[in-house]
Amino acid sequence: MNHNLTFDFSVDKENKTIKVKREFAAAHSLVWDAYTKSEILDQWWAPKPWQARTKRMDFREGGEWLYAMTGPEGEEHWSIARYTAVDPKNSFTGTDAFTDASGKINPDMPQSKWSVVFKPMGDKTLVTFTIQYPDLAQLEETIKMGFKEGLSAAMEGLDALLPSLKKSGQ
Amino acid sequence: MRRDVFQGIADPTRRSIILLIALQAMTPNALAEHFDISRQAVSKHLRVLTECQLLKQSPEGREIYYELNVSKMKEIDKFLAEFRKIWETRFNQLDEVLLTLKNKKK
Repeated sequence: MNHNLTFDFSVDKENKTIKVKREFAAAHSLVWDAYTKSEILDQWWAPKPWQARTKRMDFREGGEWLYAMTGPEGEEHWSIARYTAVDPKNSFTGTDAFTDASGKINPDMPQSKWSVVFKPMGDKTLVTFTIQYPDLAQLEETIKMGFKEGLSAAMEGLDALLPSLKKSGQ
Repeated sequence: MRRDVFQGIADPTRRSIILLIALQAMTPNALAEHFDISRQAVSKHLRVLTECQLLKQSPEGREIYYELNVSKMKEIDKFLAEFRKIWETRFNQLDEVLLTLKNKKK
């Protein structure tokens, strides 16, 4: 794992926007595939021990991605991403909402608007994720949606991994 | 109605109030002098900020001073820090997936 990759997380509380920038050590087209093909998204989109499972995906302008985040106890949180604009290999934008298994949106749960921009940087690719919430209070709900358990477990996993990485990486 | 810290900071006047009170504890009258809005409007903002526990009241003699509840302010940053960790985890997983995909291509 390369630890020299840029990771930048910034919050604009006034505009209720979160911007996440991350560099990946892979070619532009491969990173684009990782974000736009469900069989690859299912492998990384959910923070472990959660797993993403795609029910259907139609990646195009006006298309949708319906997927579940499944937890270690068999919990399922369904979400839908709706793609509002696609500029192949450059960017895509859309909206996010929580749903039931059939894709029916739960209006009581947080919804967000986001955009993803890809920029080739030599043999690396810079991805900028911008997420806008109508209200930052909704972020609290998103995190409460069950990620907490998964998150702390993932952090423990990372802690266990780090010493070995440091030894081999230097 | 349930209030949370994000509702507290959602309004620009309330953010200004927080900034002023962060400098020193103030009475509603002293605060109102800093704004063009009515004394009632300032009181309403103070009520919201107190309900979501961003401010605390401390009576001194006949006056009520408002002061910042520092631990609640930190709660906002805690949520954001957790959200940041979700993304870090996600991206570390993607690093591994990309590595596997690259090796397959070779």
